[in-house]
Amino acid sequence: MRTVNQRGWLFVLPVLLLVAFNALVPLMTVVNYSVQETFGNNQFFWVGLRWFEEILQSERFHAALGRQMLFTVTILIIEIPLGVAIALAMPRRGFWVPVCLVLMSLPLLIPWNVVGAMWNIFTLPDIGLLGYTLNNVLGIDYNMTQDPFAAWITVIVMDVWHWTSLVVLLSYAGLISIPEAYYQAAKIDGASNWSVFRHIQLPKMKRVLTIAVLLRFMDSFNIYTEPFVLTGGGPGNSTTLLSIDLVKVALGQFDLGPAAAMSLIYFAITLAVSWLFYTLMTRDDR
Amino acid sequence: MARITLDNLKHSYSANPVSMDDYALKEIDLDWTDGGAYALLGPSGCGKSTLLNIISGLLNPTSGRVLFDGEDVTALPPDKRNIAQVFQFPVIYDTMTVYDNLAFPLRNRGVDRKQIDNRVHEIATMLELTDSLSTRASHLTPDNKQKISMGRGLVRNDVNVIMFDEPLTVIDPELKWKLRSKLKELHQSIASTMIYVTHDQTEALTFADQVVVMQEGEIVQIGTPIELFERPLHTFVGHFIGSPGMNILPVEMVDGSVRFLDHPVELEGPVKDSKGSLEIGIRPEYVRIGTKGIPGVIRKVADIGRRTVIEACVNDILVNAITEEVPPETGQEVHLEFEPSQTRLYTDSWIATEVGAQ
Amino acid sequence: MKPRNLVPIIYILFLLLPIYWLIAMSFKTTNEILGGFSLFPQDFTLDNYRTIFTEPVWYWGYFNSILYVSLNTVISLVAALPAAYAFSRYSFIGDKHLFFWLLTNRMAPAAVFALPFFQLYSSVGLFDTHLAVALAHCLFNIPLAVWILEGFMSSVPKELDETAYVDGYSFHRFFITVFIPSIKAGVGVAAFFCFMFSWVELLLAKTLTAVDAKPIAATMTRTASSAGYELGLLAAAGVLTIIPGAIVIYFVRNYIAKGFALGRV
Repeated sequence: MRTVNQRGWLFVLPVLLLVAFNALVPLMTVVNYSVQETFGNNQFFWVGLRWFEEILQSERFHAALGRQMLFTVTILIIEIPLGVAIALAMPRRGFWVPVCLVLMSLPLLIPWNVVGAMWNIFTLPDIGLLGYTLNNVLGIDYNMTQDPFAAWITVIVMDVWHWTSLVVLLSYAGLISIPEAYYQAAKIDGASNWSVFRHIQLPKMKRVLTIAVLLRFMDSFNIYTEPFVLTGGGPGNSTTLLSIDLVKVALGQFDLGPAAAMSLIYFAITLAVSWLFYTLMTRDDR
Repeated sequence: MARITLDNLKHSYSANPVSMDDYALKEIDLDWTDGGAYALLGPSGCGKSTLLNIISGLLNPTSGRVLFDGEDVTALPPDKRNIAQVFQFPVIYDTMTVYDNLAFPLRNRGVDRKQIDNRVHEIATMLELTDSLSTRASHLTPDNKQKISMGRGLVRNDVNVIMFDEPLTVIDPELKWKLRSKLKELHQSIASTMIYVTHDQTEALTFADQVVVMQEGEIVQIGTPIELFERPLHTFVGHFIGSPGMNILPVEMVDGSVRFLDHPVELEGPVKDSKGSLEIGIRPEYVRIGTKGIPGVIRKVADIGRRTVIEACVNDILVNAITEEVPPETGQEVHLEFEPSQTRLYTDSWIATEVGAQ
Repeated sequence: MKPRNLVPIIYILFLLLPIYWLIAMSFKTTNEILGGFSLFPQDFTLDNYRTIFTEPVWYWGYFNSILYVSLNTVISLVAALPAAYAFSRYSFIGDKHLFFWLLTNRMAPAAVFALPFFQLYSSVGLFDTHLAVALAHCLFNIPLAVWILEGFMSSVPKELDETAYVDGYSFHRFFITVFIPSIKAGVGVAAFFCFMFSWVELLLAKTLTAVDAKPIAATMTRTASSAGYELGLLAAAGVLTIIPGAIVIYFVRNYIAKGFALGRV
C-alpha cells in the first residue's frame, strides 16, 4: 500500500514545472487567439465564440474531420489485429527474439519526415521500387500524385509500416509476461487454440492493448509530418488530415483566430475520445 | 484412476546430453498403485517438477516410458492422458466466473450441460465455493483461487491422477493447514491417485501415504513418513527430514568397532560394508544428555515449545539433541549418549547397517 | 521451421524493403537515379556521404540533433525519476488527476502548439538553442518516462526502502545508490523511449530552430525543396538518421519487451 505523504508534491514539482511551462503557456496563448480576430500588426479584437461557431459549421472542417476519422479507424482496424497476430506468431525465446525485436523497431526510430521521404522515394512511379514494380511488372496503374485512391492507400500502408511494430512490441510484452503454467493448465484442461487466445492471451494482453490503442489513437489523430511529406495533403484535398488542414489555415493563410479555435476543438475531441476509451477499457478493474 | 508406472525414465534439457551431469532426471523407476496419495519431496532443482511434467505429458522424456494401468502413454499429449494438475501459482481464467472456470475442462470435452451443472455444484460444495459461483474468479483471494485450480481437476470424473506442484507456495500460513486438511479430506472422499510435489517436509509427510525423496535427479528413498524418519537409507534423507535433521557425524573403523572421535559407538546392528567414507547418523530425538557417554559442551539452547533443541559441541563437531526434560545451560559440560537401536552407519552416504543384534 | 514463423519473417521483409530502397538510392549517382529504374546501384558511389561529412550545414545538423536529443533524455529522466517514485510510493492530494493530466499532454497535437511554442521560446530568449528543443520535447517525453518508471518502481517491493532506512541510509543516498540501480532496466527502457520520440519528432524541433541548432531532419527538408531533385543526397542523409536509433535499440534489445510488460496503465 502507498502511504499518504504530501511530500509527494515536492517530488513531482520539477515535472510539474517543466510540463506546465510547455503545456499551459502555449495552451493559454491558443485560447487567447481563439476568441480574437487579428489583422496583422499585432492588432487584436475580441470576437467571442465566433470562430468556434464558424468552424463547427464549416464544410471544410467537417471534411477534414471525416477524413481524419476514416484514417484513424482504418489504421486501428489494420494495425491492432495485425500487431497481435505477429506477436502471437513470434518465438517466445531464443536467439531470434532480440533479432526480430531490433529489426521490427527500426521504423519506430526513423525521423518522421524521413519516413515520409523514404516512402516518397519508394513509391515514385518511374524510379521507386514499389511504384516501378506495380506499374511495370504487375501492370497496375499506380500514381499517387494523381490518383486520390492510390494516395490514400499509400498513406495507410505507410502508417501500417511505421507503427504496427509498436503494437507488436506491446502485445509481445503482454504475451511473454504470461506464466508458462497458464498454457500448461490450458493444455491439461483440453482447451483449443482459440480458447487459449480468448481466455488466457487476450485477457492478459488487455492492459498493453489498451495502451497500444490509446497511443495509436492519439498519435494517428495528431499525425502531420509523414503524410505531409509524402503527399502534401493531395492530390487536391484528398489526404488533408486534420493537422495538415490546421497548419494550412494557421501558417498558409495566417488566420490565427480560426486556427486556434480549430486546435482547441481538435484537442477536445482527442481528449474526450481518449478518456471515454480509457474509462471503458479499465472499467472492469475497479 | 490408474496405477502409474515409470519405467527407466531419463530426461535431459540439453539436446545432446554428454555426461550424467547433463541429466535432470538420471534414472527413475517407480510403481504407484491406484488411489494412493504420494508425495515427491526434495530441494529446489532436484528434478521433482521435471518428473511431474513428464507424468502429465507437458515434457517428453529423453528416454524411458510412462505407463498408466500398464498402457504406454509416453507419446500422448496432456489432454489425452486424463490427468489434472494444480500449479504453484493459482491458474484461473480471469475473465470467467467461478462456475465457468470449473465447467471449462468439461465443456472442452463436450460433456452435456446437465451433467456439467451437477458436477460443478458437487465440486463447489466439496470446496465450499458454492456462494461465489457467480463471481468473477479474478476477484477471489489466493487460497480460493487455488481451490478453483484444484476444482478444475476434480470436476472431471475420468482423471487418472491429480498432481499438485507445490500448490501452497502463495497461500498465507494460517490458511495452509486448512487447505492441506481439505486436500487430505478430498483424497479420502474421491479416492483418486494423487501426487504432491513439494520441498516442504511437513506438507509431504502429512499429505502422503508414501513419500519419494529425490536429490539431484535421483530417487534416494521411497517410504512411509515413519520409515523416512526412523530409518533414512541415505544421509541426505536423514538430513533433509526432521527439524533439526539427523546428526551426521564422521567416524572411523578401528579393529571392527566404530569410533567417533575415539569414543566407541554402538550401532543398531551388523555392518554390511565399511569400505569408503564412514559416518554415523543419529536423530536428535535419540541423543540423551546425561552423566555418562561422550563429553561435550552446550553451545546453544533453543526452546521450541514443549521441547528444547540443544546444540552441543564435541571437540569442534556439532551435535543436536532434543529433550523434553529440563534443559542444561549454555556452557555447561555434559555427556552425550546415543541410543544404539537408532544409531546407523552410513558408508559413502548410503546405509550400511542391518537391523538386529550385533 | 514451423509455418507460423513465416509471419514475422514476411513482416520483417515488408519493413526492410523501403529501408533497402533508401540505402540503395544513397549509393547511386544523381545521373543513375534520374536515368531510370535499377534494383542495385550500377555506378556505386560514396559521393553523397562524402558531401554530408564535409559540408558543415549537413554534419552540424547531425550533431545538433544528437545534442538536443541527449539533453532531452537527461532532463526527462532526472525530472521523471523522483516524480515516478512519488507516484509509486506515496499517496497525496490530487495524485490521480495529476497523473492523468500528465498523460493528456501526449494528446496535444504538436501542430497546435507549434506557433505558441515559437512565441514562448522567443520571448524567454531560448529560440534557436539546443536547450529550447530539449525542453519542448519534455512535453511528451516526461509523461511517458514517468509512466514507464512508475511501472518498474511499483514492481520493486517497498521493503527495499524500509530496509535501507533501517540500515541508516539517508533518502538521497538510498535513492541514488540502492533504488536507481535496482530499476536500471527501467531507466534503460525509459531512456530509449525518450531518445526515440525526441529523435523522430520534427515539427517542434524545426519550429524552434533556425541556424545554430537546426536538426539534421530539417536540413533535409530544406535541402530537398531548395536543391530540387538531389534524391541521392537526401537518401544518404536519411540513412544516417536511422543509425543512432539502431545503435540505441541494440543496447536495450533484451529489456524492451520486458519494459512494456511491467508498465501499467
